[in-house]
Amino acid sequence: MRYIEPHAHMVSRTTDDYMAMVIAGCKAVCEPAFWAGFDRSSVNGFYDYFCQLTDYEPKRAAKFKLPHFSWLCINPKEAEDLVLAREVISMIPDFIGRKNVLGIGEIGLNKNSRNELTILEEHVNLAAEHNQLILVHTPHLEDKLKGTRLIVDLIKNDSRIDPNRVLIDHVEEHTVKYVMDAGMWGGLTLYPESKCTSPRAIDIIENFGADRLWMNSACDWGISVPLAVPYAAQEMRRRGYDDDTLDQVFFKNPVKFLSQCHNFSVRD
Amino acid sequence: MLKPKDKQNSVELYFMEARSKLIDIAAFMDRIERDGQTDDYRYKAFLDALKELDSEKRAESVLLALSDPTEEPIEAATTKAASGAWPDKPQ
Ligand SMILES: [Zn+2]
Repeated sequence: MRYIEPHAHMVSRTTDDYMAMVIAGCKAVCEPAFWAGFDRSSVNGFYDYFCQLTDYEPKRAAKFKLPHFSWLCINPKEAEDLVLAREVISMIPDFIGRKNVLGIGEIGLNKNSRNELTILEEHVNLAAEHNQLILVHTPHLEDKLKGTRLIVDLIKNDSRIDPNRVLIDHVEEHTVKYVMDAGMWGGLTLYPESKCTSPRAIDIIENFGADRLWMNSACDWGISVPLAVPYAAQEMRRRGYDDDTLDQVFFKNPVKFLSQCHNFSVRD
Repeated sequence: MLKPKDKQNSVELYFMEARSKLIDIAAFMDRIERDGQTDDYRYKAFLDALKELDSEKRAESVLLALSDPTEEPIEAATTKAASGAWPDKPQ
């Protein structure tokens, strides 16, 4: 099979993971900017990270013949410090022109605080001004419902943003409808404990259709499975889906969303 | 809506896995009682969420039962982590 990994934090992964993904049929990997697991001490930490995402990591992936794309932002976990967040946002336009950049992400909310919301709004404004795609992280666990509503409402209120160019990630059974009804795309994240298991993600696709939903591993430095996407494809096969459907769900649909950015291209 | 061309029997596919998870839940509840931790807000939320197994949309209802239902942003984030249950849920 061939598939796209639309959300993976490869800077935290090993070359073994790159090798396994390519062997499993991965044709492109997309890496959103996120929290390092600790707070960066200054704007310089983000400068180095953006260089890593737009220069060093694509070169590392290229050694495995895997096209690598990235999204840029300051993540919501570090958005409580407005001064730092604004310094980082002001630096992003210098990187937007780099050839593997897909857009602004993963922005969003973590604890649904006022400052997080302010920085989300400033990121959305940045995306609108530079005509960028948007990738949104929704909060974890008990905070997801409220956060998803706040995020979708905020983006809907900005008439410059075409909802079809926004992907709201980490949706689950209680948030997917809100995202679909807003005309946005949704991401189903396959995690062993939090977020979705493969059977649940497939249930959601069976209920809502696959047109505006994709699956991702969101593998990072925590407990996560870099091959979660092809494992989910295998689960769909077990349920009786044919290869054409798998190709639509795991390759053609993500390509359709990502191709809205002219930097994205993938060999068939 | 999406359906497989060659629909398989879901009980065949998933019964053993669900059976195993059900026994794990039962053992978890036995363990929490044995350890005297039934007052923990997360465990209380867990028991509340179990009631949603009688509802129509079970997965969605369980998730809603474990969610913060408020709508206003909080003043400031003082932690980064989530616990899996809403700490302020009235008991
Ligand atoms: Zn992520």
